[in-house]
Amino acid sequence: MGSFKGRSIISLRDMSASDLVQIVETAGRVKRGEVGGFLAGRTVAVMFFEPSTRTRLSFESAVLHSGGSIFGFASSDSSSQSKGESFADTVRTVMGYCDALVIRHPVEGAARLASELSTVPVINAGDGANQHPTQTFLDLFTMHEAVGRLEGLHVGLLGDLRYGRTVHSLAMAMSMFGSRLTLVSPPSLRMPEQFKAELSNSGIPFREVQQPEEAGTDMDFLYVTRIQRERFVDPQEYEAVAHCYRVTAETVSNLGGKVKIMHPLPRVDEIAEEVDGLPNALYFKQAHNGIPVRQALLGLITGGLD
Amino acid sequence: MERTYKVYSITNGTVIDHIPTPQALSVVRILGLGNEGILTIGIGFSSKRLPGGKDIVKVENRELSRDETDMIALIAPEATINIIKGGVVAEKRRISLPDSVKGVVACPNPNCASNVLGAESKFDRVGGQDPIYRCHFCERTTRIVPELLVRTRGR
Repeated sequence: MGSFKGRSIISLRDMSASDLVQIVETAGRVKRGEVGGFLAGRTVAVMFFEPSTRTRLSFESAVLHSGGSIFGFASSDSSSQSKGESFADTVRTVMGYCDALVIRHPVEGAARLASELSTVPVINAGDGANQHPTQTFLDLFTMHEAVGRLEGLHVGLLGDLRYGRTVHSLAMAMSMFGSRLTLVSPPSLRMPEQFKAELSNSGIPFREVQQPEEAGTDMDFLYVTRIQRERFVDPQEYEAVAHCYRVTAETVSNLGGKVKIMHPLPRVDEIAEEVDGLPNALYFKQAHNGIPVRQALLGLITGGLD
Repeated sequence: MERTYKVYSITNGTVIDHIPTPQALSVVRILGLGNEGILTIGIGFSSKRLPGGKDIVKVENRELSRDETDMIALIAPEATINIIKGGVVAEKRRISLPDSVKGVVACPNPNCASNVLGAESKFDRVGGQDPIYRCHFCERTTRIVPELLVRTRGR
């Protein structure tokens, strides 16, 4: 396995299957309590240029759980960018205060740019509609925890497959493990051709359908996403597809009863609350898994873990 | 009076022939050829190979490198290169798409770091015969067309 020390984590495109396995296995060691305190004496800066609740808080929790220190800002209003400082200058300044930088920015490629300016490793905590790699790592960890493997899974992706960056990244990751994908969406929210071409080039079989029940009864995971109002320019286009899916206990039963239901959260109404109590529901566990996964990642890139 | 020649021949330098009309000026832009010597540009010659006509660019006293001439393949893959030394063709060169393109092409994504945060644009070739490239920053793929040329290439 390769060393992560000093390495920035920007995009799934930079990762190999063995990198992903190493992150999943390390997160397992963290969650089982086999390692701890590995960020003692290390400082992490979080620079969030757009609002986020669970990602920012889970990074903060991850650092504190591992014995590290954390500081930063939660919106560009509270940084010197509001005084006109360039993004590059902010990065060059803050990198001198910390051992790792966690950046969320609405501009696509901002984290990549930061990683090329910074002398400390950078973690991309979301750059516009592009990448959000740590979400994918925790998705993979949750899958592995649930069924004990990542290889050869049948995964359904449901909802906004056009704009949803989590499903693009997850599809890219699953293609490294010989998965079979069922893409469930209304025609207007199908996965972009660019990503489908990449799946085809990877030899990954996939099928596009409009209803989850068309996926058959052998699906291992159904990954549900929110239809993101904020990504639509035309409100009428949003209204035409909003609320078009609702996963219920009956949906779970129709899919064979064994399928695990995942969701990156927040949800609106695409999963009925009656599903929450079923053993199939993984989404809150999935959100909580953000802590050991981000702990593991920070440990690996700062050299606190190997 | 009969025209004895259409474009002056050159003794030393680089001749870029078979540029589809009217891409000669785009070729000059992508090469960043400025005020550094004699440049002859011919537009709209008839051509058996190019039914829509061809353009020719002659760069005197400068032998363009392979990296430079490969940039031409982004917008004029049919172009041919002749390196002239002492009045004779010293090298006939084919061009092929470059693996990466830096600073010459604008990313069409308005929310890309190269358009918003001042990063120099950079693209990596996706593969295949067409000029399809992935933006180094926003990771979107795009077909490079002359309209995406932003500025002349610095040297």
